[in-house]
Amino acid sequence: MLRIPCPYCGPRDETEFAYGGEAHIARPQNPATTTDADWADFLFMRKNPKGRHRERWMHARGCRQWFNVERDTVTHQIVTVYRMGEPPPETPR
Amino acid sequence: MSTQPFRLPRGGRIDRARPHRFIFNGRAYSGYAGDTLAAALLANGIHLVGRSFKYHRPRGIVTAGVEEPNALVQLGVGARSEPNLRATQCELYDGLIATSQNCWPSLRFDLGAINDRLARFLPAGFYYKTFMWPPSAWMQYEHAIRRMAGLGTAPEERDSDRYDKRLVHCDVLVVGAGPAGLAAALAAGRTGARVILADEQVEFGGSLLSGSAEIDGRPALDWVARATAELDWMAEAKLLRRATVFGYYDHNYLAIVERVADHLANPGEREPRQRLWKVRARQVVLATGAIERPLIFRDNDRPGIMLAGAARAYAHRYAAVPGRRTVVFTNNDSAYAAALDLIEAGGPVTTLIDIRAEPQGELADAVRAHGVEVIGGSAIVATSGRHRVKGVEVMRLTPDGTGVAGPVKYRDCDVVCMSGGWTPAVHLFSQSRGTLAYDSTHGCFVPSRAAQATHVAGICNGAWTLAECLRQGFTAGTAAARAAGFVEVAAAAAPPAPEPTATPPRILWAVPSDRAGTTSKHFVDFQNDVTVADIQLAAREGYRSVEHVKRYTTSGMGTDQGKLGNIPALGVLSDVLAADLPSLGTTTFRPPYTPVSFGALTGRDIDALADPIRVTPMHDWHVANGAIFEDVGQWKRPHFYPRAGETMRAAVDREVTAARTAVGILDASTLGKIDIQGPDAVTLLNRIYTNGWTTLEAARCRYGLMLKDDGMVIDDGVTTRLAPDHFHMTTTTGNAARVLGWLEEWVQTEWPDLRVYMASVTEQWAVATLSGPRARDVLAAAGTDLDLAPTAFPSQSMRQGAVAGMPARVFRVSFTGELSYEVNVPARCGGALWEALIAAGAPFGITPYGTEAMHVLRAEKGFIIVGQETDGTVTPLDLGLDRLVSKTKDFIGKRALLRPDTQRSDRKQLVGLLTEDPNEVLPEGAQIVVERRPEPPMPMIGHVTSSYFSPTLGRSIALALIVGGRARHGETLCVPLLGKTVKVEVAESCFYDRDGARANG
Ligand SMILES: [Zn+2]
Repeated sequence: MLRIPCPYCGPRDETEFAYGGEAHIARPQNPATTTDADWADFLFMRKNPKGRHRERWMHARGCRQWFNVERDTVTHQIVTVYRMGEPPPETPR
Repeated sequence: MSTQPFRLPRGGRIDRARPHRFIFNGRAYSGYAGDTLAAALLANGIHLVGRSFKYHRPRGIVTAGVEEPNALVQLGVGARSEPNLRATQCELYDGLIATSQNCWPSLRFDLGAINDRLARFLPAGFYYKTFMWPPSAWMQYEHAIRRMAGLGTAPEERDSDRYDKRLVHCDVLVVGAGPAGLAAALAAGRTGARVILADEQVEFGGSLLSGSAEIDGRPALDWVARATAELDWMAEAKLLRRATVFGYYDHNYLAIVERVADHLANPGEREPRQRLWKVRARQVVLATGAIERPLIFRDNDRPGIMLAGAARAYAHRYAAVPGRRTVVFTNNDSAYAAALDLIEAGGPVTTLIDIRAEPQGELADAVRAHGVEVIGGSAIVATSGRHRVKGVEVMRLTPDGTGVAGPVKYRDCDVVCMSGGWTPAVHLFSQSRGTLAYDSTHGCFVPSRAAQATHVAGICNGAWTLAECLRQGFTAGTAAARAAGFVEVAAAAAPPAPEPTATPPRILWAVPSDRAGTTSKHFVDFQNDVTVADIQLAAREGYRSVEHVKRYTTSGMGTDQGKLGNIPALGVLSDVLAADLPSLGTTTFRPPYTPVSFGALTGRDIDALADPIRVTPMHDWHVANGAIFEDVGQWKRPHFYPRAGETMRAAVDREVTAARTAVGILDASTLGKIDIQGPDAVTLLNRIYTNGWTTLEAARCRYGLMLKDDGMVIDDGVTTRLAPDHFHMTTTTGNAARVLGWLEEWVQTEWPDLRVYMASVTEQWAVATLSGPRARDVLAAAGTDLDLAPTAFPSQSMRQGAVAGMPARVFRVSFTGELSYEVNVPARCGGALWEALIAAGAPFGITPYGTEAMHVLRAEKGFIIVGQETDGTVTPLDLGLDRLVSKTKDFIGKRALLRPDTQRSDRKQLVGLLTEDPNEVLPEGAQIVVERRPEPPMPMIGHVTSSYFSPTLGRSIALALIVGGRARHGETLCVPLLGKTVKVEVAESCFYDRDGARANG
C-alpha cells in the first residue's frame, strides 16, 4: 500500500485516496470546433508508461482536495506531489 | 496411552513437568509443553502422518518448521476446526485433537493409493488434459478430485473466535529473531529507535534453538537470553513471538499475523485468537534465515526420510530422536554438524553418504571418530519400506554425476537424514521487489539490490557462518537505525563465534539411479507430487518459461508454495534444457509467506461492522409496521409493507393502487441532496447538466440529466433554485457521494475560477413523499401555513413554511405521475413528520409504500432509473430525452453526442414492451431477439431493463433497450427463456397518463 503525501494534510495511507488518472489532460477550449478525432483522443487516449507518470489523486477520506502526483509505475516511488494548477516541478531523473 | 519411546532421557527445551495428552487420528498419545505436534508424534515413534496429493503415497514428517510439505493436519473440531495446518508449527496443548488430511477412509488403508499404481496414466498436466471437456462435467470431476485430494475440510459452523487488527508505525522492523535478527534488533534498539522484532517461532533464537553452537565461548542460547533480556528492557522495542511476517508491500508496509491464543487449550475471554499487525516501517531488516533443501533421489519421499536439520532440531530442541538407525545423505557440510549433534543428543548415526568425493577435514574426522561409516562420491539409488523407510541402496557416482556405477551397497535404517544445501528465505525480499542474484557455489538465489528501504542480514543474505550472521546483523541494524535518523551511542560489536573452514557443496539437482522408467519417482515437490520425470515431460512438451512449467506440473503450487522444491525444480529444468539456472529466472514470490486465516484478515470487521448501515429518521416506524427492507447501497429502505398473510405481489399491488386512487406515502430521505451556493452556482449547473438553468426562477424545480464527457448518462434528479445563488440538488440514492465528488472534481481541476461551494445535506433532511389524488388533502389536514391551491403552489415548485408545526421545504415534484409533495424537514423532525402525516392521512386511506411500489409507479410512467435503464453506455438520445439536451449552451458531454458513434441509428434505444400473455412478467436482464431459432447463435438486439406487473393496467409491463428500438414500435420480438419463448410487442416507454394531467392538476 502506497503512502501518499497529501500537499494539504501530509503523508497518509493509499486507502484514504481516490485515483484520478493521468494529469495535465487539457480539455479542448472549444469543443464545438474540435474534430471528432481530437475529441476522441481527449476522451479515451491515455499514456501507460513504464516509469515516471504524472497523475491525479484526491484525498477522498481526508481534505477532499485534488492534487497531482508524479509516481514511478515500476518502483511506485512517489517522486513529487504538487497542487492543482501548479506547474510540474523539475524532478531529477 | 503410549510412553514416548523415542523421547531422550534428558535435554531439549521441553517442560517435562507439564505432560500434555493429545489425540492423533483417534488415538491418544502424550507429549510435553514445548513440543510441537510433529515433535510429540516423533517422540511416540509416529512418522506416517499423511498421504500425498496425487498418488496418495504414505508420507512422513520432513521438516521441523514452516516449510513442511507433508505433515498437514486438521486441528480441532467444530467451530474452531482449521484445516491445512503444519504439524511442525502446531504447539502442543493438553487435549489437542488432530487428524491427518488427504487419506480416505483411513491413513494406513487409503483407497486413493491406487493412483500410485496408475501413475503412468497420471502424468504432469493430467488434469488439464483429461478434465477440460465436456465443460459441464468439470464440476463433477472437481468434486471427486477434491475429495481424493483431501485438502482438509472447512468448518461449517460459524468461527467462534475473535480476531484483532493493529496498525503501527516503527523506525526499524526486524524480521526474524535468529542470530542475525537479534543482533540487528540490538544494534538498532540501542540507538533509541522504535524497533519491532517479529519471529514466527515460540521463542527467539532461530536456528540456534536447534543446535549446539557457541557464541563468545559459551552456549549460543546464553547469548540469545541476554540479547532478549536487553531488548525487553528497551522502552521503544516491541517483541512479537509466534508472529509471521507474511507480506512485504509497497512503501515499507508489512503485514504480520500473530498467533496469540492458538497454542492455548482454553483461550482467555479477553484475548483474540490471532492479531493482524499492519506495520509501516521507516526501515526494514530482513533476517529471515534459510530453508534446507531435500536431495532429489529415487523414492525420496518415504516416511522416515527427512531433512538433516530437522532431525537435528527434533533431537536437540525437543529431545525426540527420529529413529534408532540413521543414515545421512548430503552434498554439503551442514549434515555433518547435524550428524554430530544427533549423536551427541543420543540418536545413533550408522552411515553418512556424501555426494562429494572422499570427504576430508575436521568434520569428516569427527564423524568417523564416532564410528560412523563415511561413503564419499556416492548416492542413494533406491530406498525401501512402505509406511517407513527400511533401507537404502548406495552406488558410486560417475565423475560427472549423471550416472551411477559399481556394486550396490545395502544399508538398513529407519531414518534417512538428507541435506541438499540451503536456500536463503528471500521470499519477503522478493515480494518487496528486490532483485536476486544466483550464487552458483551454493546453488541458490541471494538478495542483490533492494527496491525499498530494506537491509538484509544473516544466512538469508548468504552469510554461511554464525560469526558472519552476527556481524551482518549488527551492521544492518546500525545502518537501518542511522537511515531512520538514529545514531548509535556506542559502537556495537558482534560477539565472536567459530568460523569453520568450509568445503563447498556439490550441486546435483537430480540424483541419478540405476533404474529409470515410469515407476521411478524422484520427488521434487512433495506436497503436489511433482517428480523429476514430470519436469522433464514439461520440457519435452515445449514448456520453457519457468512460470509455465510451474503451472503445467503444479510444482510449487501447494499450500507450502514450494518452499522446499522450487530451487531443485529450477535446477532440474535447467539440466533438461541445458540452460543456465539463473537465465531461467525464478517464479514470482507472492504474499502470503504462509497461509493466513480469513479471520485474521477480517478482524472485527464482520456483521454490523463489515459495512456501515444507514437508516433514516423514520426507520423505527418502518420496523414497527412490519416493513421488509431492501439494501440500497448502505441504506436500509422499506421494500414493501406486507399485511398479515399478504404476499409480496399482493402488498405491492395494494400499495401501487393506493397511490393511484387515494394517497401513498414514501420515505424518500435517502435521496442524495447537495446544497450548492455561490455567485457562479448557476454557471456550474449549466455546465454539469444537459439542460439550461439560467432562466429557472427562485422557488422553481427542474429535472436535469448529468453526463460524462463521453456523452453517457451518469445521474439524474430534480434541482431547485432556493435563491439566485443557492440551489438544492437531488441525486439518485446510490449516487450521492459520486455526484458530489464529480462536482468537486470539475470545480477543483477545470474551473477553479468558479465561485461556488457544495456540501452534502443528504442526512440533514428527512423526506416524506405524499403521492396520489388525495395528497393535497392530507397535507392540508396535517396543518400547514402554505397555500396549496394549484395556482399558488403549482407543479415543479417549492414552498417553505410549516407542516404539522415543523419547519419544512415542500417540493411539488412527482416520480409517480400522481400529484406529489416531497415534504423535507430537518432530520430530527423526520419521525414526528411521518407520524403526523400518517395520522392526518388516515381518513383518506393513506398507505405507506416501499421501493418496489415506487419502481412500479415510475415504470408505468416510463421514468428511468440511472443504473437500471442506464449502464454507462446510454446517451440522453438513446433514452429519448432529446428535449432535455440544450442546443444553445455547452455542457459536459455535449460534444460527444455529435460523435459518429453516438449518432448511429442502430444504437440501443429505450422502449416499452408488452408481453403477448399479459400475466407473463419478464425477468430483468432477459435478452431480446428478432426470432427464436432452433439453435444458437441468434443475434441479440437488446435486453429488458425493468419489468413489473402493473396493477394499474392489469397486465405486465417492461422497459428495454433495443437496437433501433423507436423505429420498431408495433413490431413483435422474442425473448428466449429457459424452456419457452415469450413474444413481446414494442410499445411506448410511457404506459400511463401520457399527457401528465394527473401530476399537474
Ligand atoms: Zn488531504
